[in-house]
Amino acid sequence: MIFLYSFLIAGTFCALAQIIIDNTKLTPGHITALFTVLGSILAFFGIYEKLIELAGGGASTIISNFGYLLYTGALEGFKSKGILGIFTGLLTKGGAAIVGSVIFASIIALFFNPKD
Amino acid sequence: MNKEEYQKIVKKHEPPEDKLHNTIYAFLIGGCVGFIAEGLTQVIMNLANLPRIEASTWTCLIIIFFSSLFTGLGFFDNWITKAKAGLLLPTTGFAHSVTSSALDYKKEGLITGLGSNFFKLAGSVILYGIISAFILVIAKVIISG
Repeated sequence: MIFLYSFLIAGTFCALAQIIIDNTKLTPGHITALFTVLGSILAFFGIYEKLIELAGGGASTIISNFGYLLYTGALEGFKSKGILGIFTGLLTKGGAAIVGSVIFASIIALFFNPKD
Repeated sequence: MNKEEYQKIVKKHEPPEDKLHNTIYAFLIGGCVGFIAEGLTQVIMNLANLPRIEASTWTCLIIIFFSSLFTGLGFFDNWITKAKAGLLLPTTGFAHSVTSSALDYKKEGLITGLGSNFFKLAGSVILYGIISAFILVIAKVIISG
């Protein structure tokens, strides 16, 4: 069942993004930033946690998950260290995606050249 | 012929963008990415005996690796053009934007080219993600006391 929900929820988010791209003047850059912010807003209301419980991988591949990870990292930081914890904890969970893309992109840029 | 008339004629002969088709495409491809991600997470959970949170981080890294690799090999740009939001919204889009700017600006030097343009496209995701998360956590702290 979790596979079905993965498909449906990831698909719904993407379809929503596509509808926004088609009907407004927003560029893909706007859309990814918008959905990241949406992810942290959904996390704020406790909705994103339920989405992940329901859809697992489907919810955690969408870029909104990045916003959710930043939010939960900061909140857990606050619970353990107070105000300082917000600063130190914000990137603890979402950092994996940033570090991963920096490392892999650097390796790829080392070995490949742009195709034109 | 002035510019407005010209624009009108261009608009008339432009093939209409099939919005419904685009949306269905994005839905199906985005759904498949989610499905594959869930499959990978399950495999990693069972093979490595990891809890779900760690397994999904591994899945995320694997997806980032493959989209960077496919961008380097050159065919991921075509996929994104065809799949539109279906590949843009998952982590694949983030990795693609980082890798493609790394590749494009490599020629212009390591610092002024690669270094300063690395997060050219993905920077907005990181910036607004951090700002929104920060503000919302402050709000949460104030509300819950």
